[in-house]
Amino acid sequence: MSVTPYNVLGTRPIRHDGADKVTGRALYGADLQLARMVHGAILRSPHAHARILRLDTSKAAALPGVFAVVTAADFPPAAADKIVDFGEGDMLLSSLRGNILASGKVLYSGHAVAAVAAVNAHVAAEAVALIEVDYEPLPCVLTAPAAMAPGAPLLHEGLANGNVAEYIRHEIGDLTAGFAAATVIVEREFDTATVHQGYIEPQNATAFWSSDGRVHIWCSTQGSFVARDATAAVLDLPVSQVKVTPMEIGGGFGGKINVYLEPVAALLSKKSGRPVKIVMSRRDVFTGTGPTPGSRVRVKIGVDTAGKITAAQAWLAYEAGAYPGAMVGPGAMTVFACYDIENVLIEGFDVVVNKPSTAAYRAPGAPNAALATETILDEIAEKLGIDPLELRLRNAAKEGTRRADGPRYKRIGCVEVIEAMHASAHYNAPLPGPHCGRGVAIGYWFNIGLPSSATLSVNADGTVNLIEGSTDIGGSRTSLSMQAAEVLGIRAEDVHPTIVDTDSVGYTGVTGGSRTTFATGLAVYEAAQDVVTQMKARAATLWTAEEVDFSGGIFSSGPNTLTFAQLAAQLGATGGPVVGSAAVNPRGAGGSVAGLIIDLKVDPETGKTDVLRVTSVQDAGKAIHPAYVEGQMQGGTAQGIGWALNEEYFMDASGDMRNSSYLDYRMPTALDLPMIDTIIVEVPNPGHPFGVRGVGEANIIPPLPAVANALYRAIGRRLNSVPMNPATILNL
Amino acid sequence: MAPKVQVQTTINNEPVQFLCEPRQSLLECLRDVVGLTGTKEGCGDGNCGSCTIKLGDRIVTSCLVLGVEAEGETITTIEGLAHGNTLHPLQKAFLEHAALQCGICTPGFLIAADALLQKHPHPTEDQTRFWLSNNLCRCTGYDKIIRAVQAAAVEIHGAPQ
Repeated sequence: MSVTPYNVLGTRPIRHDGADKVTGRALYGADLQLARMVHGAILRSPHAHARILRLDTSKAAALPGVFAVVTAADFPPAAADKIVDFGEGDMLLSSLRGNILASGKVLYSGHAVAAVAAVNAHVAAEAVALIEVDYEPLPCVLTAPAAMAPGAPLLHEGLANGNVAEYIRHEIGDLTAGFAAATVIVEREFDTATVHQGYIEPQNATAFWSSDGRVHIWCSTQGSFVARDATAAVLDLPVSQVKVTPMEIGGGFGGKINVYLEPVAALLSKKSGRPVKIVMSRRDVFTGTGPTPGSRVRVKIGVDTAGKITAAQAWLAYEAGAYPGAMVGPGAMTVFACYDIENVLIEGFDVVVNKPSTAAYRAPGAPNAALATETILDEIAEKLGIDPLELRLRNAAKEGTRRADGPRYKRIGCVEVIEAMHASAHYNAPLPGPHCGRGVAIGYWFNIGLPSSATLSVNADGTVNLIEGSTDIGGSRTSLSMQAAEVLGIRAEDVHPTIVDTDSVGYTGVTGGSRTTFATGLAVYEAAQDVVTQMKARAATLWTAEEVDFSGGIFSSGPNTLTFAQLAAQLGATGGPVVGSAAVNPRGAGGSVAGLIIDLKVDPETGKTDVLRVTSVQDAGKAIHPAYVEGQMQGGTAQGIGWALNEEYFMDASGDMRNSSYLDYRMPTALDLPMIDTIIVEVPNPGHPFGVRGVGEANIIPPLPAVANALYRAIGRRLNSVPMNPATILNL
Repeated sequence: MAPKVQVQTTINNEPVQFLCEPRQSLLECLRDVVGLTGTKEGCGDGNCGSCTIKLGDRIVTSCLVLGVEAEGETITTIEGLAHGNTLHPLQKAFLEHAALQCGICTPGFLIAADALLQKHPHPTEDQTRFWLSNNLCRCTGYDKIIRAVQAAAVEIHGAPQ
């Protein structure tokens, strides 16, 4: 056992919101009840691509019990277009508005067209059915290759090139010379289907537009400030006129950063004078919110006899859905990010298609790209007779490695993750029998900084209250409280965290990009340092001392000592309350590498794959709360396995999603998975005082290629499309 | 709109009367009429298990039961699992084993797991996974949920003989 310098970090305290969440008391967005509240419902397009010829809401408005009907015509006049930044992804204001309520054309089946507020959700649904829309159906295009083909139906006027909204190119070295130096070159093409984040809580929003002009919104969001700013932009209001109260959030994974319902509920409230609540159905969630892109990816890698990658080339076309923004940028940046390669060319295409406008999903863009790189490396390792982890180790990125898109790495844990995989009990265990295969893969995700704010006030009983603005999706109240407790020398339980509305704390970015424990953690750390500084001054006053030390929760000067709690009890007599605060915009985010080892068994008769054993490995930098780090790794792994084996938007030729229920969009159940073993690697991030990297995302990258590599070992055939379901496995 | 119907039930050991429209699901009645919002709606078609409650001696997805069908029935929801301020061993085990992340599926899992442990005091891992396979969790990958349920089984019934 190594000796830890920490008292609180690395322990596993019970989460502060735990009792509320196991007793049903925690209030999620749909649980909100307000006096005079009415209920909204949304009319959605049945067509994937159509012109709206006529939109008549008069019958809906006349239905008894209906309070308001809105369409895109109720938006304030369009201001100058601008980019609305969500922290993880962004969107043009015109696109954001167009996605929230269609104007002129509908661009996907499920596109919102109009909305109703009524006395209850049943009447609202009846009213929606009374809205009359005449559509002129247009040809639709559903995949990136089809949308890029000459003569494809165009979704928008004025994009860069037909349906291609953006072209990305990263190049270093001499690709031709690099491939000439290779002894083995493999080039393959892969298709992946559209998949959804699958959070169990549907999107919801309640809004009240007050007679004083302020709009109050209660919603399920990964970022209350982002929801505020985006809603204000759509409604052409100053940001201070919108207040967002984040309710408890039932999962997000990137999908609850964008806004869908908030501005609509606000417009309905403005018209009705009442609070309006809208809760999506599951079909609304599948067809009306942002899934992650389907893609076509072509990768070519050359390796010399020493097992060194001499050149790598990638071509990535991602489906943005109806509006530009397919997360092909991060796909292009991460496709070779785990490796030190001198000669690289990466091209990326952001392609609009007649599907829901895509959103972030856990390391957005990276799994699609890693599928290609990591399966090709597996194939090359086999050709060269090198262990697949050994091949990765020989090429692993390390401190100083330059990525093709520019940056040089600071300290990263790529080598350490591969070594931990190699040394694991799992990797060294025999496979259990015939029709079984083992696969490995690794993946890289940047993690991000962005602003965060925090306030700590000291209570006379030696505890502190923590005020912060990061919505808690997986235990961040506790991982943040632990960082304050570590600095102050108190217990995690002595910190009382509260997540407050946008009027009550400084700007704080989204809970996304694996940033909360890192960036809001840094804000909490700095706020705690502020508390220590102020309390040292109080102790100096008490003792008329020049200098006061603080260590291990004890203030001291010469023979005088006081614990944090003892000094907290004397604040009233030494000048009054102590409140520490900090606002940060950190630049030191540290990327995380994750790896996966997976054993599968395939039934040769049915093509059904059983997952036998899984080990997820990830560099956490510093695991503040190891159980929550393990939880992120296990959750990301499970999502990745579902993506690899089963999940897909099954669209018919007209662009209708035919499996928009949990019965047919099959996410892994408890019966589909074994226990998920975890190995936490800790290579400290120099950009955080405790070394935190953030662990929310990289873990979803390795499962796609690791499953593909394991399936190859099990069935002797390399699959080039995802999902790798029984039909694909049996080559039907 | 059809006239409302009066329904008499026992919910969490207390007699409860409520008025509902014939078209309202029991889930909607529990949440919006009775005010017990601990039971969650994730899909509305019986496939996610978030709205699992105990109705009589069986567990049901309350989105697929009409409110009027609860007439004369005994119901247990997540709000009735603890004894006063003392958490049920399953609730404690979920906290100690970090078996929840966002928490939206947790009420349904706890009600389903409670029924499992009444039927099988010492369920195997396979039995636990099979029983809980109607409850979707997207955050945890189920590992810590399975471990929590098995730890609670030992807490309630002692180590298996």
